[in-house]
Amino acid sequence: MYRYDEFDRSFVNARVAQFSDQVERRLAGEITEDQFKPLRLMNGVYLQLHAYMLRIAVPYGTLNGRQMRKLAHVARTYDKGYGHFTTRQNIQFNWPALSDIPAILEELASVEMHAIQTSGNCIRNVTADHFAGAAADEVADPRPYAEILRQWSSVHPEFSYLPRKFKIAVTGAERDRAAIQVHDIGLHLKKDADGRLGFAVYVGGGQGRTPMIAKKIRDFLPEEDLLSYTTAIVRVYNLHGRRDNKFKARIKILVHETGTEELTKQIEAEFAALRDGELKLPDKDIRAIETYFAPPPLTPRPEGDDAVRQARLDSKDFADWLGQNVTTHKHADYAAVTISLKAIGEAPGDATDQQMEAVAALAEQYGFDEIRVSHEQNLVLPHVARADLKAVYDRLVETGLATANSNLISDIIACPGLDYCALANARSIPVAQEISRRFASLERQREIGELKLKISGCINACGHHHVGHIGILGVEKKGSELYQITLGGSGDETSSIGEIVGRGFAPDAITDAIETVVETYLGLRSDPSERFIDAYRRVGPAPFKEALYGREARAA
Amino acid sequence: MKILTANRLHDGEAVWFGTNGHWNEAIAGAAIAVDDEAVTALERIGVEAYENNQVVDVELIDVALADGEILPKRLRERIRAAGPTNRSDLGKQARPMISRAA
Repeated sequence: MYRYDEFDRSFVNARVAQFSDQVERRLAGEITEDQFKPLRLMNGVYLQLHAYMLRIAVPYGTLNGRQMRKLAHVARTYDKGYGHFTTRQNIQFNWPALSDIPAILEELASVEMHAIQTSGNCIRNVTADHFAGAAADEVADPRPYAEILRQWSSVHPEFSYLPRKFKIAVTGAERDRAAIQVHDIGLHLKKDADGRLGFAVYVGGGQGRTPMIAKKIRDFLPEEDLLSYTTAIVRVYNLHGRRDNKFKARIKILVHETGTEELTKQIEAEFAALRDGELKLPDKDIRAIETYFAPPPLTPRPEGDDAVRQARLDSKDFADWLGQNVTTHKHADYAAVTISLKAIGEAPGDATDQQMEAVAALAEQYGFDEIRVSHEQNLVLPHVARADLKAVYDRLVETGLATANSNLISDIIACPGLDYCALANARSIPVAQEISRRFASLERQREIGELKLKISGCINACGHHHVGHIGILGVEKKGSELYQITLGGSGDETSSIGEIVGRGFAPDAITDAIETVVETYLGLRSDPSERFIDAYRRVGPAPFKEALYGREARAA
Repeated sequence: MKILTANRLHDGEAVWFGTNGHWNEAIAGAAIAVDDEAVTALERIGVEAYENNQVVDVELIDVALADGEILPKRLRERIRAAGPTNRSDLGKQARPMISRAA
């Protein structure tokens, strides 16, 4: 994985020193809150309901054991013993004192981590497929390009005060696990007919109050043009994106209001002026960054097949976990392991310091020291020998991390919601917990099959409800929480925005409503292999509306 | 009926302005303004504390009295006063001594 060079190290250390000084001056009353707020946001420090919150970047979701241990240490020493992994592949601590944040940042810098550009109207942490470098269906590892974008966008003088925040996601496979079509820029790394690497470029996707699926504006952009083309996009956005209204300031609105054709024309014109300039990526530079992401030495471990076969026979729980949380690796003797942070009844994405330590130890012992954070709020060990899967599983069981629910209904994405967040209108976590408990039986969950359920506590949609097969949006109505259900959303290569199915449900009725939706699906699916999303796309919302509101509608 | 709340600058702790003239870590004992004059007085205290860099995010919030206890009208403020509803071991609710002391 990427290692800091001298420049990175001194850059991050300089930022820690700078922000430490700013905190000190703020605490001494030498600068006002109005002056300080934009500075703290540039360093990932928010103020929430109960305390400050520190959001730490995990570039393209990649961590090593030492970094994970440092996060555990921060949780234990400066926070309340846990952290929250987010849909942006980052981690948030919910309780740090402002006066401790300089010390935390210094600790993080010692393991090549920081909180730079995790907030503010700048280019945020670039996200990537959490199976990058491991997935069997991958054309190439997308992370070298994410790293190139990170270096280019860090304190980029032209793009530090954009109209609004800007999110870029990269995937290297046809199967989109990075939700690239709901990002400001989505990059799909692929090969052309001659085998050259490049990108399909999507622009103007996003969720929030105006959800939009991105428009593809380039089918193939050669890799050497990555920075010049991205610069062209962001420059056009910076120039024409709306600054008069925060809610209309994202590039998706610019794409929508300008029209894809016209905007593409403007971007291409800018690109034509840039493409042969200093932003053209020399091949040797790309290949040099690529070496940081070279696959680990995956020595043959053919004994894995027998080991797994025997262990499956010995333990049904292991067999279930294997079927659900283990993904095919490009090397036949290896597998990628999803560590569920969605134990039944727990807050999605939360991990204790002990769990972080346990994952770090597993990565070091069995996983070539690599860990990923997925945008679905789980952790991943991308390279585990199949021969070691049982040992890894046994250790995960010991720390409550072996829930075999990846991609099932209890693998819920949920934002922190009103239990923590100053922007939220309703709680998300308790709703997720209750649904998780209702569907606690893994047998029942497997019978239901793949089902992406996502919950947001406000229209900002941090819980990705718009792209949930079932989405739940919490709103405040007459002082009470109310939950709207959306159906038919999807965040993969067939992205779609869910449709609101009808009036909302009170907190004590939302779980029943979700169960009604699920039972309706089970009753109408053509066969057990027809997933919820496919069934919904086939039949539309009518049967679900009838099941949820029919009796009441007829009575009215 | 309103009370004055904020977050303490140095650690972000949710605090309420109390009848004791201090910013307290518990909502119990918050100074209640029942008329316009008292609301204005609280407002002034808030502005001053903000300008003195004691607190940030100062807000007057609507409350009612239920069995003699202050109950914020909005759920958001009830959660601020207690802690996350999914974690009774965190926030004010986990520190009854502090609640009582206020």
